[in-house]
Order: sequence, then C-alpha cells, then structure tokens
Amino acid sequence: MAAARDRILERIRGALGRSGPVPAATADGLLARMAQHPAGPRPAADWQPLARFRERALAASSTVDEVETSSAVPEAVAGYLARNDLPRSVVVWPALAQLDWQRGGIEAQARKAVAADAIGITGCFCAIAETGTLLQLSAPDRPASTSLLAETHIAIVPATRIVIGMEEAWALVRSECANLPRAMNFISGPSRTADIEQTLVLGAHGPYRVHIVVVRGC
Amino acid sequence: MQVASMHFKSRASEKLADPHLRAALDGLKRRFVPGRAAVMAELDFEATRDAAAAIRQRALDHLDFFLELFERNAAARGTVVHWAETAQDVNSIVTAIAREHGVRKAVKSKSMVSEECALNDALEAAGIEVVETDLGEYILQLGHEPPSHIIAPVIHKTRDQVSDLFAEKHRTARKTDIEALTREARERLRPRFLDADMGITGANFIVAETGSTLIVTNEGNGRMATTLPRIHVAITGIEKVVPTLEDVATLMRLLPRSATGQSISNYVSVTTGTRAHDDLDGPEQFHVILLDGGRSTILASEVRAILRCIRCGACMNHCPVYQSVGGHAYGWVYPGPMGSVLTPSYVGIENALDLPHASTLCNQCGVVCPVKIPLPELMRKLRERQYQRGLRPRHERTALALWAWLASQPRLYAWITAVGVKVLAWMGGKRGTIARLPLGRGWTGGRDMPAPQGKTFRALYASKHTPLSPRERGRG
Repeated sequence: MAAARDRILERIRGALGRSGPVPAATADGLLARMAQHPAGPRPAADWQPLARFRERALAASSTVDEVETSSAVPEAVAGYLARNDLPRSVVVWPALAQLDWQRGGIEAQARKAVAADAIGITGCFCAIAETGTLLQLSAPDRPASTSLLAETHIAIVPATRIVIGMEEAWALVRSECANLPRAMNFISGPSRTADIEQTLVLGAHGPYRVHIVVVRGC
Repeated sequence: MQVASMHFKSRASEKLADPHLRAALDGLKRRFVPGRAAVMAELDFEATRDAAAAIRQRALDHLDFFLELFERNAAARGTVVHWAETAQDVNSIVTAIAREHGVRKAVKSKSMVSEECALNDALEAAGIEVVETDLGEYILQLGHEPPSHIIAPVIHKTRDQVSDLFAEKHRTARKTDIEALTREARERLRPRFLDADMGITGANFIVAETGSTLIVTNEGNGRMATTLPRIHVAITGIEKVVPTLEDVATLMRLLPRSATGQSISNYVSVTTGTRAHDDLDGPEQFHVILLDGGRSTILASEVRAILRCIRCGACMNHCPVYQSVGGHAYGWVYPGPMGSVLTPSYVGIENALDLPHASTLCNQCGVVCPVKIPLPELMRKLRERQYQRGLRPRHERTALALWAWLASQPRLYAWITAVGVKVLAWMGGKRGTIARLPLGRGWTGGRDMPAPQGKTFRALYASKHTPLSPRERGRG
C-alpha cells in the first residue's frame, strides 16, 4: 500500500518535471492562496435574497410557505399536510423537538427517521438564494436521513439564514463550525430522474415533495 | 470493462442502421443541447470557464502536493485513504475491505471509475452481492449492458425496451408509463439500501483543504449510499482533487449546467470523515480509494489537458458523431470526444485506432467544454502519434506519402488537379453531384458529393491576383 502510494507520487512528480515534493516556497504560496479562499467570477446578485430564494425553490419543484414567527410553524405545517391529504404523524429532527407540534394537531416524534416514516421535518443550516437550495449539516440532533427517507420532506428556513450563494454558505460554515460536520447536503427540490427517455420524474429514491416554510421574523 | 474500441467503424455502421437508437439519441439534441444553452446564459460563461480551467490546472500542476494535503486532512477525520496503481488494485482493495468487515451486500451509486475497474464482476466473484442504484445503471445491470453515456447511461434505450426488461426481470405486469417504471425501481431498490453493509460511490471532486469528497446526484441514491450503510467506500481518480471549497463553488456553477441543463443538481453531498459517536446516522468507516490507472502517464504526455475533465458529458451531447452513433460504438467506458482522447491514453493507442478519428474536428466539443479542454487539438496529437508509430493502415500511409510528395512538386500538382477537377466535373454530369466515388464509397455512402465547377483554386487565384512585387512580399 505504502509502496503504491510512493510509486504514484513519484510518477506524478516525474511527469511534472520534479524529483521531490514541491519546493517550500511554492508550497507556502499555494497554502497562502488557499487560506484566502478566493472566489471565482459570480453571476450578478441583482435581486432580493428572499424573493430570489422563493422563485428558485419553486422552479426546482419545491413548494414555499411563509410565516412570521417560529411559533406559527406547526399550524402552517398542519395546513400543508391537510391540503395535501398527508398523514399527521411525522418524524422531526431532535433539534426541533421544542416546537409546539401538538398545537397543529401534529403527532411529532423526535428521533432518527426510518423507512416507514411518511413525513420528515428538518431545519437547515442556511439556504442559498442563487439556486433555491437548502444546506443541511449533520449533527447528533440533526440526522441526515430525515430529509431523505420520507416521501415528503418539510424544511423550516429562517429568513435571516438565506445567503446569496455557495461562497457565503462556506463562509458561514467556517465561522460557525469548529470542525466540518460529517455530511453537508445541499438540497434543491424533490429527488428526480430523467434516465428513461429524458423524461423528468419526481421522486426517484428520495422525497417526492419538498415543502419549505420560511420564518420571516427570526 | 472489456475494451472493444478497435471495432469503432463496424460498430458505428451497425448503430447508424438502428432506428430505435436514432429515436433515443434524438433526446440529446432536443433536450440536452438547448437546456444547457438556456441555463448557461445566467453566467458569464467565458469568465467562469476561464476560472474553472485555472482551478483544475492549478490542481494538476501541483497534483502531488494537493493529494498529500487531501490525504492528511482526510486521515485527521478518520477517513482511510488507499492508493491504487491499477484498476485491479481497486478491486482488490474493495474486496479486502468487504472481507475484513463481513460485507455481504453492497449498493452502488453511479461511478465511471468503477466501470473502468469492472468492479461489479470482481465483487460478485468474491461472493458479494452488489446492486447499482442509479435508475439508468440499475436498468443496465438488469440487462447486462455497459453504459452508453457518462451522465445518461441508458440514453440508447427506449421506454418500451425498459418496460420489457422490468416485466421480465421483476416478473410484474408490464408498465409503459415512465413514472410507474420509476416507482417500480424505487420500490425494488429501497430495501437494498436499508439492507446494505457497504455503500460504494465515486467522487465528482475531492477537496484538499478539508479532506472531503463530494458527489452530485439527482435521484438521492448517492445520499442513501453515503448515509445508510455502515461502510462507505468512495472510488475516484487522482486527478479529481481541487484545493478549496470556493473552487468547488465555481465548478458547481458549470458542472450541472453543462451536464443536464440544471443550475444546480438536486443533491450536492460533501462528506468528511466518519460518524461521530453520538450521531444517529452515517457510516462507521469511510474509505477513499485514489486510482492512478494511467493518469500519471497522461500527466506526462502531450494530452495532459484532458485530466482537467469534470465528466459533464457536454462534449458528447454536442458531438455530431456521438449524436449519430451513440456511446456503445466507442467500445469502452468513456464515449464521445473526451472518450476519444481518454480511451487511447488509458488502453494504448494501438488498441483504439479509430477513436482519435471518430470526429470531424468541428470543435463543438471545445466550444462547450466548461474547463476549456482543446479536444480537437488533443485528438490531432493522438493522430500524429499514431502516424509516427506506424500504426495507421498501409493504404492510408501510402496515400499520405504520395500526397506529400505530390504537394512538393508544384507543377505536377497543378497539372494533376486540373485534370482531376475535369474528370470529377464530367462524373457529376448535368446534376453536378457524384453519387458514387471510387475509393471514397465510405463518404458517398450517406450523401452525394458536389462536383467541382470549372477551375482549380490555384487557377482561379492566379487569374484574379497579379503576383506580389518583391517590396510587397517583404512587407507581407
């Protein structure tokens, strides 16, 4: 194993016209550039983030609802479930256990999702306006599978956590997380496939529906 | 995967005569091409691809540095990094991990590198059940077929063919609705995800600064494979490293747009290390296998720019040759223009003689490539190398030698071409087209050749331009 590693590195160095590692000065230059995290060219952000997020999330076949405060979330969720004839028994991230789910008549279980769960409710670390995307970071009280196994995924997005693009999301991750979480999942709408005759079908392996509740007042 | 790239010409003729394939490939032109153009208009494409090409080139110019940095950062998070010199080494490493940890069942998310290795055959030989979970790859596995496109692996199949295959293999009533077929596959595959001991994925990128791997999927199967099984194995080529997460952001503006005409793929999953002791899900072990498999040889060659490739498939979607013959004619994992450069470089130019010629050099591929790989130029270099090594057929070499000699005899050249155009004009007759050209039947088989009208270019040029005076020549 170590021999394979050394031979591969040696071949790479030979191909690059070197017989050893990059010179120290070059390595310092590369590391210095990395430490600055320079961004590439970006599309013009000539929009209001919440409006853009909403427009792009809808374009990705998510549905979007807005409420004023987080205490209004359970009722908004209950309304969505009723309108779509979906069961009121849901699995929520343990991190969201403190919301008053019963107020909406929702039977919420705060645990890891299993295959039989029909509805999975999560929050998000932040959301990206440019593409209508949710970013979820895994944690003990924020398991990755909640947004994946259920046929319906409902995500709560505080409006203050809507950032412009992926670059701002990375900056936020660096400023708020001492270590990168195991999983960082960017989610843009329900799962889909177009493998058969390039015909788009929603609900491949993951959710059929993604419903986003934006909380304006936090 | 077995290399069948020596048979491009005969396979291409076969494929051209297949009406089902023609109908299936129509989707490329109707959907992928306009879809990409529409969504790319949201970006300053040239500026963004300049930056993307620079990111990939910077990584390749210091490849050993970034790989060692990746390895160090990945190991710090409990990821085991393996180095594989050959495709067989990848298979041995995966099989050894499976044996050591009692793996009986594995699920796979689409990985072209694992196709290079024929990993499924190796795992099955070792008694490990392996299921492809990308819908397209699942269909191929059921039908024992190789993929024909790196993004849309079953682009060559019609819905009717999938209906027949599912009815036969699943022993269910035949469904013709694409939504119903997709649901049937989902219901078959869900228990496999829940049951699997090992999830096998590729990696679109590996990130040096964080030791992370990244995969892009629409179906969610990649997320399943990286979340549910207790062991995750990611297999990727050594060229896939990028320095920073910001570099990923730039590349991710181009990859889904170029591939499927989406501004972002449904799921972009970045995984770093193993589950923490109090995490409720995620794998207990994370292995990353870095495959050389000919890449370091390409790095030392004149076609090294191909290593910038991010596997978007735009070059094949826009290639008039691929659009006509599909991916199977190319005879190995990678079809289209990028395949015509990669395959000869991986398997030896003597084993893929036709591929660098399977192009009109029209440069549509070069125009759309998001990392500015000069594909026609690379194919031309491979053609030169074939010629220099004496690998081209005798009649072609003789014809070229004859032409080269003739071109260095200006008077003889003028006389022969003057006679030539007269003969061709006579052959064209009143219609002015030639339906069958001796020695050129391959060309006239599919179209008529317009007959030359009147004089040669040299004769026309001479009649319209007086020779330059010595002073003018000096300026020119």
